[in-house]
Amino acid sequence: MIHTGTMTEWPTLAEVVTVLTMQNYNTRLVTLSALTLGLAAGLIGSFLLLRKRSLIGDALSHACLPGIALAFIAMVTLGGTGKYLPGLLLGASLSGAAGAAAILLIRRTTRLKDDTAMGIVLSVFFGAGVALLGIAQAMPEAAAAGLESFIYGRAASMIMQDFVWITAVAILVIAASLLLLKEFALLCFDEDYARIQGWPVHTLDLIMLGLAAAITIVGMQAVGLILIIAFLITPAAAARFWTSSVRAMMLLAGLLGGLSGWLGASLSALMPGLPAGAIIVLMAAAIFMFSMVFGTARGLLPRFRSHRTLTRRVGRQHLLRAVYELLEAENPEALANGHVANIKIDCEKLLAKRSWSRSLLHRLIARALREDHIDYYNGRRLRLTESGYGEAARITRNHRLWEMYLITHADVAPQHVDRDADMVEHVLGPDLIAELERNMRQREQAAIIPPSPHVITLAPRGGGA
Amino acid sequence: MIWMSFDTWVVITGGLCAAACALPGCFLVLRRMSMMGDAISHAVLPGLAIGFLLTGTRAGLPMLAGAAVTGVLTAMFTQWITRFGNVDRGASMGIVFTTLFALGMILITRAADRVDLDPGCVLYGAIEMTPLDVVATLTVGGTEIDVPRAAVVLGGVLLFNLLVVLALYKELQISAFDPELATALGIRALTMHYILMAMTAITTVAAFEAVGSIMVIAMLIVPAATAWLLTDRLPVMLGLSAGLGVIAAGLGHVSAITLPTWFGYEDTSTAGMMAVATGLLFSLVWMGTLLKKRLHATHGSGLRPPGDAERGDRDVGLARADA
Repeated sequence: MIHTGTMTEWPTLAEVVTVLTMQNYNTRLVTLSALTLGLAAGLIGSFLLLRKRSLIGDALSHACLPGIALAFIAMVTLGGTGKYLPGLLLGASLSGAAGAAAILLIRRTTRLKDDTAMGIVLSVFFGAGVALLGIAQAMPEAAAAGLESFIYGRAASMIMQDFVWITAVAILVIAASLLLLKEFALLCFDEDYARIQGWPVHTLDLIMLGLAAAITIVGMQAVGLILIIAFLITPAAAARFWTSSVRAMMLLAGLLGGLSGWLGASLSALMPGLPAGAIIVLMAAAIFMFSMVFGTARGLLPRFRSHRTLTRRVGRQHLLRAVYELLEAENPEALANGHVANIKIDCEKLLAKRSWSRSLLHRLIARALREDHIDYYNGRRLRLTESGYGEAARITRNHRLWEMYLITHADVAPQHVDRDADMVEHVLGPDLIAELERNMRQREQAAIIPPSPHVITLAPRGGGA
Repeated sequence: MIWMSFDTWVVITGGLCAAACALPGCFLVLRRMSMMGDAISHAVLPGLAIGFLLTGTRAGLPMLAGAAVTGVLTAMFTQWITRFGNVDRGASMGIVFTTLFALGMILITRAADRVDLDPGCVLYGAIEMTPLDVVATLTVGGTEIDVPRAAVVLGGVLLFNLLVVLALYKELQISAFDPELATALGIRALTMHYILMAMTAITTVAAFEAVGSIMVIAMLIVPAATAWLLTDRLPVMLGLSAGLGVIAAGLGHVSAITLPTWFGYEDTSTAGMMAVATGLLFSLVWMGTLLKKRLHATHGSGLRPPGDAERGDRDVGLARADA
């Protein structure tokens, strides 16, 4: 594919298939590297996220720079080429380790917190790296230009050696995370408990940081600093929206990381004018946004929906109970005989029952009309249907059972019990109600709907019209 | 070492940058949001690129404005993801800034054939070049002094930050230590948060044009952290961190032009060495506090268990002294 002019030509379907199935050698290398990197970084990233240390990758990747520059200078001074990859990686690991140790030390011996410790290490180490690179670039071997790839990456021009390194480290990281899954999970959720259990918390912490550092270092020289930071954070945060189990989250984070690596690398192969690293970051961000909205465990939409369902249920229960209590106060004999079919309720009195606004009451009544609990409503008066009456009786009964339970078993004063019951009754499960009934049966033999244990005022909040 | 008026201007520019950064930096450190400087300085790239593409010049007010807007957007996006998505603040910061940086990279490479703006100058800055860009010439006592644009811009930002901090001192202080108390007292803690973020964004943008984003992070956080180790009082902390930053700026430039020559190399990046100098000052103070703690532990009165004293020192900190 040749990039022509300023306009990117849209690829044909055949080209898309060729790239996605990695038939081209170079594309295969880049795509597989990005996929493997995403997989391993996603796995270890989920632990970092749970440990609230997501930005550690950021700090570590910057902290590696002085080691790389020093290794380069040392190798050139000793007469080498300066571009020997294992040497550079060794330098990076050493200064990365020094950075990690400095973060842990600052946190433990001063009043400064994690974030400040990371910021200090990041900026000071990177400053040192920039200063050393300034020296390296002025050296006779101008080959130092290759060192820039540690900052921006060179995803599009990866070679076999990069892929081998990435795969080796990825396998190490995946194996170690799976082996230490239980230990890491406990460290994330309850560090103190782990310590009390006699586990080597500091060693485990160091291992976790070490694994993150390893994947950061190999990834960063291949795909650049920003991409590896995104790989450590974004897939893990996206996975968190779909599940509440550590195991599932880890697997999913690995999958999402791999997916964004694969899709992003393929996309950048189709549009050669764009930097691969940036495309992969945007792909991961898109997956994150999708997960944030639709994620089944903590996503916005499911949370919004379940919140709305609950609000509606609570609203319906409040309305029906208020109507029932009005009926009970005004037509006790009709209620006792079961002749309630034609009694109409005054909405003004209903409005005074609770602290609800006129428009809220109107909306609740409109919904009850649709749900067939109310069959007549002219804006001033309303009438319950047969099923609405049954439902109202059931709700009132639950409320009073719960009130009585609170009075007898939780020592709540009868004057306060209405509000307390109000807050919990909506979440009563059927088995809990059965248990309450068993408890109450000994006391209230006869009444199917027990009388209210407190005086029902018509305007309990003292407000209303 | 040959010192010229040129070098003086580099140190002055660095010093102004350090003092301007120290003011928002103290609040960032106290609010445990140190990494926000890092996030903003990366995330303004698309703002810079858009401002640049629209105007076509590198030194325009539009570019600065574009970057400042992106900086505040970074803070807002981070706040939203943290609040609505229930995501840890560090993680949401990371997601936002990597995404915006990637967007900026793409914008820049798409426009690469038309414009000359590389991410490198954003990362490293070019403080050595700032004296060449002269905005005005003053005549003092017969000698002409060329005032670089960067010094004027950073001086302006310093003045702006100083005014904001002086005008909103009480509000910023209370919302830094106790956002709930601030809300209860009728101070809009969230508004204060965004004001601080805007201040950070403007400082970051103005500074890294001159000195590079890494130096900005170092100047924002490291002197403030150093000052916090030395004092429990906010006004002292603000003054100390500005002073430490200025010292580091001078030390950094001197060592950038002298230190490498001892080993037979050319001079090196001043911005990098200024960051190293802040780190050096921090390490000195850190070692000092450790030493002091050790002395107290051996000659202590024994009235309080050492763990108790340490914990009180660490957790209550400034709040106790300022209460």
